[in-house]
Amino acid sequence: MPKFVELWVYLSATPLFGLTATLVVYVVAQAIYARLQQAPWANPVLWTVLVIAAVLLATGVSYPTYFAGAQFIHFLLGPAVVALAWPLWQRRAELRLRWGRLLLAALAGGIAASGSALALGWAVGLPLEVVLSLAPKSVTAPVAMGIAEKIGGIPALAAVFAVITGLVGALSGKYLFDAFGIPLDAAGWTARGFALGTASHGIGAARALQVNADAGAYAGLALGLQVVLASLLLPLLFRIF
Amino acid sequence: MTGLRGLAWLLLLQSIGELLSRGLSLPFPGPVIGMMLLLVALRWPLVREPVAACADFLLAHLSLLFVPVGVGVMTHLSLVSQYGGRMLLVIVLSTLIGLGVTVLTLHLLWRKHAEVR
Repeated sequence: MPKFVELWVYLSATPLFGLTATLVVYVVAQAIYARLQQAPWANPVLWTVLVIAAVLLATGVSYPTYFAGAQFIHFLLGPAVVALAWPLWQRRAELRLRWGRLLLAALAGGIAASGSALALGWAVGLPLEVVLSLAPKSVTAPVAMGIAEKIGGIPALAAVFAVITGLVGALSGKYLFDAFGIPLDAAGWTARGFALGTASHGIGAARALQVNADAGAYAGLALGLQVVLASLLLPLLFRIF
Repeated sequence: MTGLRGLAWLLLLQSIGELLSRGLSLPFPGPVIGMMLLLVALRWPLVREPVAACADFLLAHLSLLFVPVGVGVMTHLSLVSQYGGRMLLVIVLSTLIGLGVTVLTLHLLWRKHAEVR
């Protein structure tokens, strides 16, 4: 079948391939996720990433070739971060009342996540630049890359760590919160959402948005706070030491 | 068309954010400054109505936007095969610690506040 091989070579080298593959696989993964009543382990990002990576490895298409098409989706991360102001604005009255407590929780959670990653990474003997790439992993991927660069980590690795962190949070959050006895009322949902946004940024926030609107809005706020706190504090901290 | 105008606002604010971030060498990335600007700009219906339509769509599909970066794991397979187990262990534990500390802090603060009232 030389004809088919030629066609595949042509198609796999155009941006159309990366864009189409990302959208089609995600739409299918999303449909399965909905069918399984949004079970955490059926997370559509996890399965889409695994399926696409497997297809690329099996067919020998390189990541840069894939990204030539996928960049059109990646690009929307910027406007999506800007758009996070919308759910916050809708809840501006209650946020004004709770500002101090939310900031305190964001600081505590951010320090716990980054600090434990650095300490554990050092304890298990990972190379220094890998440990430094772990520090900003609770911040959304594009921002984590910038911070890693500033403190001496590897940007691409930091982005990958951020995505894995997001997935771990989205997969495990529900079970952890249930184990801690966090209730399923309005206050409980805001605490759950805020924790997901703090410890696992956009992927946690996406999970929170799908489950509960209050949780989603607080996750968006937490993700924004984490970006501001981490981009201020992490480079400052590493300049001191 | 409303959604398109919303996207135009989002991109415009992100661009202003990038300009401010680079021009004044602020530590915040451009989109984050754009988000802060939008928080102020939403008080005007001219901005609010189109942005609402576009933002709801974008945020409903937020998780899709992380797929291209996520697939990038495959470019670090050698590092993953050497340290993969340890890296995963560190990420899982520190994420659980971050989630737990945040949720318990906020839960206790909510409860304390409710008792005071």
